[in-house]
Amino acid sequence: MATATITTNGGNGATTKPAPVRAAALNSIGLSKLDYKGLESTLCNGCGHDSISSQIITACYELGLKPENIVKFSGIGCSSKSPAYFLSRSFGFNALHGRMPSVAQGALLANHKLIGLGVSGDGDTGSIGIGQFLHVIRRNLRMVYIIENNGVYGLTKGQFSATADLGQELKHAGVNEFPPLDLCHLAIVAGAGFVARSFAGDPKQVVELLKAAFSFRGTAVIDIISPCVTFNNHEDSTKSYSWGKSHDERINDFGFIMAQEEIRVEYEPGEVKEVEMFDGSKIVLKKLDGSHDPTDKEAALRLLMEAHDKQLFITGLIYINGERPNLAETFRLGDTPLAYLPESKLRPPRESLEGIMRAMM
Amino acid sequence: MLRDVTTPLPPKEIGVNPQASVPTMSEPIVNDFSIMVATKNGSGSQTANLALLRALFKMGIPVSGKNVFPSNIQGRPTWYFIRVSKDGYIARRDTTEIVVSLNPESALEDHAAVAPGGVFIYADDIGLPIQRNDIHYYAIPVKELARAHESDPKLRTYVANMVYVGALCYLLGIDVDEVEAALKYHFKGKPKPVESNMRVVRAALAWASEHLIKTDPYRVERMDKTKGLILIDGNTAAALGAIYGGVTFVAWYPITPATSLADALYQYLPKLRLDPETKRPTYAIVQAEDELAALGMVMGAGWAGARAMTSTSGPGISLMAEFAGLGFFAEIPAVIWDVQRVGPATGLPTRTSQGDILKVHYLGHGDAKHPVLLPGNVAECFEFGWRAFDLAERLQTPIFVLSDLDLGMNQWMSPPFEYPDQPMDRGKVLTEEQVNASKGFARYKDVDGDGIGWRTLPGNQSPFAAYFTRGSGHNERALLSERPEDWENNMLRLQRKFETARKLMPRPVVELDPEAEVGIIGFGSTDPAIQEARDLLRQQGVLTSYLRLRALPMNEDTTLFLAAHKRIYVVEVNAEGQLAQLVQLHAPHDAAKVRSIHKLDGLPLSARWISEAILYQETYKREG
Repeated sequence: MATATITTNGGNGATTKPAPVRAAALNSIGLSKLDYKGLESTLCNGCGHDSISSQIITACYELGLKPENIVKFSGIGCSSKSPAYFLSRSFGFNALHGRMPSVAQGALLANHKLIGLGVSGDGDTGSIGIGQFLHVIRRNLRMVYIIENNGVYGLTKGQFSATADLGQELKHAGVNEFPPLDLCHLAIVAGAGFVARSFAGDPKQVVELLKAAFSFRGTAVIDIISPCVTFNNHEDSTKSYSWGKSHDERINDFGFIMAQEEIRVEYEPGEVKEVEMFDGSKIVLKKLDGSHDPTDKEAALRLLMEAHDKQLFITGLIYINGERPNLAETFRLGDTPLAYLPESKLRPPRESLEGIMRAMM
Repeated sequence: MLRDVTTPLPPKEIGVNPQASVPTMSEPIVNDFSIMVATKNGSGSQTANLALLRALFKMGIPVSGKNVFPSNIQGRPTWYFIRVSKDGYIARRDTTEIVVSLNPESALEDHAAVAPGGVFIYADDIGLPIQRNDIHYYAIPVKELARAHESDPKLRTYVANMVYVGALCYLLGIDVDEVEAALKYHFKGKPKPVESNMRVVRAALAWASEHLIKTDPYRVERMDKTKGLILIDGNTAAALGAIYGGVTFVAWYPITPATSLADALYQYLPKLRLDPETKRPTYAIVQAEDELAALGMVMGAGWAGARAMTSTSGPGISLMAEFAGLGFFAEIPAVIWDVQRVGPATGLPTRTSQGDILKVHYLGHGDAKHPVLLPGNVAECFEFGWRAFDLAERLQTPIFVLSDLDLGMNQWMSPPFEYPDQPMDRGKVLTEEQVNASKGFARYKDVDGDGIGWRTLPGNQSPFAAYFTRGSGHNERALLSERPEDWENNMLRLQRKFETARKLMPRPVVELDPEAEVGIIGFGSTDPAIQEARDLLRQQGVLTSYLRLRALPMNEDTTLFLAAHKRIYVVEVNAEGQLAQLVQLHAPHDAAKVRSIHKLDGLPLSARWISEAILYQETYKREG
């Protein structure tokens, strides 16, 4: 599989060798990977979600994000438990089933300087939370929205979710009689400017997508197929490890380049597309097969429809467009988060009330 | 088709009720009557009604206005009641002396509603099949006057309502300059609509003085009883209270009768709450996709340290049940205004009720319960508007504020609102330095014995500050726990916190009559009707004490009040006496004393109904 060869150097412009990777290695803000860890997972051994948790740790560590500036949100379900298993130094809010987006909107408007990371599942997002999912995208709240998609309800022991394939068979649930919702497709239609699909069994791609998502201006949706080893991992399931490994078709490969890094990319002209992100960082996309252009909305929707119809498992960055202002920008919020404004800014002066009262006499 | 009558017809011409005497000019009745204006919804009558109300208010006469309107955008009958009371009574009355009828659809009903000796003022194109001989009639050429004095046909329907304002200026002696002043207030000083409306008012006044011979005794005269008072609706008062309480986050979903609270926030926030240096808002206000999301956003914002609120009504409260329970258990400050309307279901969405008090007190599944503020007038809507945030952040829990359509959407006289008399209480929040010094903290530990733990806010830079908030069982350190003792201890602490709430919530207003055997308990918008009913009861020889609850949970004031009286009447606007049940639960040893006085027909209670209901029991059922 082809990959773009990208090397970077430090922000001071000097060419440096990459630091050797050791257990105690420190990132750009002097933290070790341990500083990004969470509690021990209580999910089943081999759960795709645990793999994603690891990639979240890696992405945040490599980006040098300060854990205290990240805030985690989730709904209810196996996926939504997982924020306890990474970033213990970050605040977290395990909300209600399907209601994570609303809680995230309130918190991230109260403090728009925080970095929002939402973790949800296919039941949490695709069924009970489909409304809030579309509306948070519509308002373009700046946050990373991960769907850990396994096509099945795990905690309640194996019912079909809204992303399960039509005609699929499960031991207890029987045959699924309804077609799946494509959450990436819906996200684009609702106005998402960053839509990607990945596979928990492809950690490298997950990490790169996460890094790019953290730099996106608005809601960045990553639908990650994350096998449920207990209820939905048999060979004919499109949400299984074996299916994912044998059917994963990357639509692009890309590297993420942080804002302070100097880009040194080696590529053939025409092979690569650069996209500048909100915070000045860049992603460099290497097209595969010279086909999909992720800045083309219609092409993205067409690609998803074809994949849906043919049951193709495409992964990669499906759509990107950072033009739309995010919610905090729409509301013209100032530098100090609303939650940290002092009383002097919050209670108008006495004379103003007296003026209003006089007018009503 | 009626002939154009300006004086009542002699009885023989009507052929009904020959015994009734023709009303003749009696002693003038000054500043003590009610007006009912019957129009079509959406016809612009609200401008005329509010102008009339404010003009009377500006003449120094105590007034109240109540809008009884349909769930409809345009076309259905709507009524506006103005009570003029030299004695300062502002509750709804059951009788109406002066009826203005502009809507053919409701004309028969409106005609029948005129109290004997009263006045029926009507658009001259309304056909009435019968006439009464016990009331006075004035026919007004509404359409012609509007057509003659408003050239823009699009505006004609709207300004047509000003015709009756002009006619009433003549018939009742309302100062037309005060009408103009009221219109200037209504149109926020915009000269054009004021001019076009006043043109019609003056023309109608001129026509009336030329063509109508006044035969009825009703009139107004200047007083000085409204000097220094304001006239405002409860929803605007609530919004202003929230703004002076430092609200930083609002999420809401449109619903009658709560929408005008959000409207007032949109009106006043940009005027009052832009940062003077950066000109950027010190608030965010989101119209959510539904009430689930509205309270979800408020929860997120309150958790992150914003002063967060939402406003809704019954159906929205139903949707918020899920988050209310989470807020109780995850201990998140939030302010939820419930401007009540008649339920269940869609019910009567444009009519008033006090039917949510049990529901909001216990909203959520399991053992959720919430402190509830009960404003009884517009000044308390303002006061509780800011105080609710202090309580929510101090107690780290959702605070409900229970208003209703009558209080929220109608205009009320009030002393000017008092600026908050204490600095904001932001509750127990640990700083970065404090957390660093202790190298961590236990979010749900009862350090101070009041049941309230210390919290940290996201954005706190200490590596020990973060905790994981969840609705599932947790221990003192906010870690997931399903251990029976952790669950029990946590719930016991929440009960201690509720006892703290009992101490912190506003105390009731108590008026004790040392000779009274009878105590009345009420809350919210029924206050004026109960006050007036007490005067009526006193005239009948029944002395009463009165306790007006201003919050739940109740405290020892209510316990003592029950102990001090033989019979307790709990007055409320709902179908089965919800507060009466709460009072009985609060003081079970005195539960047998409690009698429920409840009525729910969509209208505010009248003093007469309350006094008669109590008098009936006092006369026939004193021993219970």
